[in-house]
Amino acid sequence: MARSNVLKPEALKPDAREALAGRGGKTAPMAVPVRKKRKRRVLERYSAIMLAGFILLLWQILVPLSGLSEFILPTPAAIVARIVEDFPLLAMHGYVTLFEVLAGFGLGVLIGVPLALAIFYSPPFQSAVYPLLVALQTVPKVALAPLLVLYLGYGWAPKITLAFLIALFPIVIGTVVGLQSLDRNLVDLTRSMGASEWQTFRKVRLPAALPNIFGGCKVAISLSVIGAVIGEYVAAERGLGYLQLQANAQFDTTLNFASVAAISALGVTLFFILSFIESKVVFRRDTAR
Amino acid sequence: MNVASRIAGARVSISGLVKTYQTRDDVDVLALDNIDLTIERGSFVAVVGPSGCGKSTLLSLVAGLVEASDGRIEIDDQHIVNRPHPKIGVVFQSDLLLYWRTVLDNILLPIEIKHLDVKRHIPKAEELLRQVGLKGFGNKYPSELSGGMRQRVAICRALIQEPGLLLMDEPFGALDALTREQMIMDLQEMWTRLGNTVLFITHGIDEAVFLADRVLVMSPRPGRIALDLTIDMPRPRRWSNAHENPGYQGYVRKIREIFEAQGVLVAH
Ligand SMILES: Nc1ncnc2c1ncn2[C@@H]1O[C@H](COP(=O)(O)OP(=O)(O)O)[C@@H](O)[C@H]1O
Ligand SMILES: [Mg+2]
Repeated sequence: MARSNVLKPEALKPDAREALAGRGGKTAPMAVPVRKKRKRRVLERYSAIMLAGFILLLWQILVPLSGLSEFILPTPAAIVARIVEDFPLLAMHGYVTLFEVLAGFGLGVLIGVPLALAIFYSPPFQSAVYPLLVALQTVPKVALAPLLVLYLGYGWAPKITLAFLIALFPIVIGTVVGLQSLDRNLVDLTRSMGASEWQTFRKVRLPAALPNIFGGCKVAISLSVIGAVIGEYVAAERGLGYLQLQANAQFDTTLNFASVAAISALGVTLFFILSFIESKVVFRRDTAR
Repeated sequence: MNVASRIAGARVSISGLVKTYQTRDDVDVLALDNIDLTIERGSFVAVVGPSGCGKSTLLSLVAGLVEASDGRIEIDDQHIVNRPHPKIGVVFQSDLLLYWRTVLDNILLPIEIKHLDVKRHIPKAEELLRQVGLKGFGNKYPSELSGGMRQRVAICRALIQEPGLLLMDEPFGALDALTREQMIMDLQEMWTRLGNTVLFITHGIDEAVFLADRVLVMSPRPGRIALDLTIDMPRPRRWSNAHENPGYQGYVRKIREIFEAQGVLVAH
């Protein structure tokens, strides 16, 4: 059975709402991928690559014709050449940003999932914490960046905190929604078999919520990248955001674009890694056979 | 382990059973009012009644899923208080199969939960699948099965532990008419072979009369037993000609009359 949905083109652009609420909802069974479907997917994948290639080609051809200087708009070929040339530099700053993202996102999972469990299992906790969390969500986290720098200094802390704060909400919401959308009859079923709450959680609640949890995580990790980079914009000495700002100050538009490409590549790669883990975990045949 | 062997049916005895639900707006809903009922070992008892009369509540109480407000339920002399009897199997209206598990792993779920030897139960699960006409479907996923097939798997899952009491809450309510007909006949055949006690909840008068030794007709809320009807028809019964049987017609008419008298069915 094909398990991988890593390369589904629609996975590239996660619609937050869909990712959070859509997959593995109340009763909709997760479709088991069939070979025919897979063929179509492959075709769709190539069509996306072809479209991207076409746009890049158009860009490549139109820039010299338009007479724009490379300080304004470099060609894709020039950007690629610059990426190759400055790869060590980009990688060095990329590692910094990667670390910030992973730390922020990791904290988001470590704190978000238990928080969601508490919200789910304790109604008093839910009525106290949930509204606060939603209120927190309406604060544009980006606006907190200067404050975080003020309080936490110029090092890792404000970037990780920003990435964490942005990641937290989708993870909590994804997990809570996943747990709440379970068919109540399923709980009756396991209880009728004599299951403890822990067994019901392990055998039914958690596996049923996993698609939503991963949906939340996938949104969160893309947002974490934004959080870390914004943190770097405000105050940093390292990181892709810092590199981009430097390039900007020096009118090095090619490096500026190269930084943007690196930031995007970072986000997309992390998203794909999560999708891959999801494909391994969500369909896992969880039993002693 | 021989699955074809008969299962010792459980005896159910209910006395003075009352269930009141507390709702949010502090209006109590009296769902069941003073139910007295004894179900003999190995008998097939069907409960019919209008929607909302408390049929599912009765089943949940017997299953030990909700607590009675008053009265007493005993299964094989064991008092049921908010804790399921180990020897019951429950089938709900929806199959409630776990989509991430194969058919076989779904059937083995109760075995896992009870910490029994899963491997040792695989042949039994496969034999059950064979008996419901799903031989070789063990490694399929629920999404690859039709509604009727899925409900068959749900029945296998309920039977894997050889339950002395099989509780079924409108198990065929979500199926199309043709599939339902087949399932009704298959259930009769299976029960004749196993001989366990069955409490079968339905709103279908026809399937209740066809399947049961005894039909309990419930009144609209608060649920009471309005009629306790013993169905005296030889087995095996055949669905195709049951409707022409005068005895069958008589039972159905009696139940309809009760519903008409209660305003559940209104003649125009
Ligand atoms: N958990 C509950 N809380 C409050 N009221 C309930 C609950 N479950 C059932 N009821 C009420 O009890 C009555 C009987 O319900 P139920 O047993 O499901 O009926 P049936 O299965 O015959 O359709 C209905 O009026 C229903 O609204
Ligand atoms: Mg019901």
